[in-house]
Amino acid sequence: MIEVKNLTKVYGNHIAVDHVSFTIDPGKIYGFLGPNGAGKTTTMNIITGCLAATEGTVTVDGHDIFEEPIQAKKIIGYLPEMPPLYMDMTVKDYLRFVAEAKGVAGKQIEAEVARVMKKTAVTDMRLRLIKNLSKGYRQRVGLAQAILGDPKVIILDEPTVGLDPQQLIEIRDLIRELGHDHTVMLSSHIMQEISAVCDMILIISNGKLVAEDTPENLEQLAQHEQTMKLTVHAGEAKTKKIVGTLGAAVEIRGMKAISDNETELEIGILTEEDVREKLFYAFAEAKCAIVSMVREKQSLEDVFLSLTRVDAPEAKPASAADKGGVA
Amino acid sequence: MTAIFKRELKSYFTGMMGYIFIAFVLLFIGIYTSALNLKYAYPGFEYVISSSAFMFLITVPVLTMRVFAEERKQSTDQLLYSLPISVMDMVLGKYLAMVVLLTIPMAITALYPLLIGTFGTVSYATAYSSLFAFYLLGCALIAIGMFMSSITENQIIAAVMCLGTLILCYLMTALSQLITSTSLASTLSLMVVALLVSLVVRLMTKSWTAAGFTAVVTFVPLGLLYLISPTVMEGAFTSALSALAIFDRMDSFTGGIFDLTGLVYFISVAALFCFFTVQAVEKRRWS
Repeated sequence: MIEVKNLTKVYGNHIAVDHVSFTIDPGKIYGFLGPNGAGKTTTMNIITGCLAATEGTVTVDGHDIFEEPIQAKKIIGYLPEMPPLYMDMTVKDYLRFVAEAKGVAGKQIEAEVARVMKKTAVTDMRLRLIKNLSKGYRQRVGLAQAILGDPKVIILDEPTVGLDPQQLIEIRDLIRELGHDHTVMLSSHIMQEISAVCDMILIISNGKLVAEDTPENLEQLAQHEQTMKLTVHAGEAKTKKIVGTLGAAVEIRGMKAISDNETELEIGILTEEDVREKLFYAFAEAKCAIVSMVREKQSLEDVFLSLTRVDAPEAKPASAADKGGVA
Repeated sequence: MTAIFKRELKSYFTGMMGYIFIAFVLLFIGIYTSALNLKYAYPGFEYVISSSAFMFLITVPVLTMRVFAEERKQSTDQLLYSLPISVMDMVLGKYLAMVVLLTIPMAITALYPLLIGTFGTVSYATAYSSLFAFYLLGCALIAIGMFMSSITENQIIAAVMCLGTLILCYLMTALSQLITSTSLASTLSLMVVALLVSLVVRLMTKSWTAAGFTAVVTFVPLGLLYLISPTVMEGAFTSALSALAIFDRMDSFTGGIFDLTGLVYFISVAALFCFFTVQAVEKRRWS
């Protein structure tokens, strides 16, 4: 549906988006995740034709956004970060203007405006001036504007910012509903939000795409790497020695002496095998007691954090073999 | 384009802007009409036109300052960029809405010569050709103001830049007479302008090569022309400046001449600045 190739955007000497490539398949909800300033908004602005790329191409349903902008933009509905609303218009007038500009046929404008107002629950506000609406309602009017004209692709830039919990649930439900017959791409810097509604997750950091996978696969990726927290009755040097006997599969990530004879340590386990038993016997042989041992399961959040760490090791696009296995 | 045009035109009348603009234009022309035509009983409406042209110095910046600057400030320009309409349609839609807004008081003013005609002999041809030129002058100035609004996101800056430009155009003839028209002075003044143009090129392209090229291309012919035949350069700067005196193009119309070059001039200025606006709006996407 959307094909992004080698997209690069340079502002002065700052690289906002750095050779990003991905494909968006029809009929799925894509989550675009990254910390603030990672390049999410820039990428979305380029896809929707609001911004020109320094390098690379974006093709929407076969139409290049730079070569055939009109055809490409007809397929896209876009809600930017700040809902682009004319404050001195009523909700209905505003939506009618957008419908006209999107080329909705004259007779269908009324029905289409009524449909999107109902869908985003702003019908009661239709005669109010937009400047008198609350943040949540403005966000919804922005969303209504994006889904007007039933575009095949809907792109939402941080659609849930500033909403109260109730509205959050409503908007999420609405996005899920839209996902049934549209391709949806939404951005966020909150992992839970993305994993709650998306079929596919794209993680971007410092302008680079660092992961592209289903939430399930990313979660599996997380489990490959387990960490353990232990408290043992042994000195630091001794602890180090004992852990060292277990080989390269185990590495010490952090160590803190609580007293002469008690150490807290965090270890990373690089294999999938369960090393808890080995650890127990290793310490038992040295006559050191393990007083606590906790295995920490990594969550999606941790994957996100580790992938987007500023000093993250050279990012490898963690694309699973069965790309798009979950629909 | 029609969607933008309709929205813009409607927005003038949902707020106060449209009404104030129309009222102000009518008030101004009304004052001159009652003074010249009614009190002093001049039969010619063209005097009113030529006296009230400077009203555009105030009304045009106020009308045009918000047209693009506000969109940027409110970030509604993102909506316009993402809609399936070309930048050209966007600019023309907005421009035509302002032109239509100007048409309303002009249409009302068009009744004045008829009214005056009931009490005496009025040269309708002169009156209406002056009014027509006046209208075209307004359209050209609106295009200039629109361009100023498209290069900033601050309405006040847009208004001040527009006002400055219009005042400069208004006073251009008087200003150009301050400069001595000897051959050397003309050549040097033109060279200073060429230098300024090169600096602007440098600022816009960030390339010294392009700036240097512009400087050489402009300096060499000027210098050669001065060396070969100094008489050609006599008064060249003054006439170059008076070509910018857009308000003075009205004079032949109010003097009773239907000046085709004047019409072409007004329409060219309007088209040129619409084109510049398209480029300025388009450029924003590339920044």
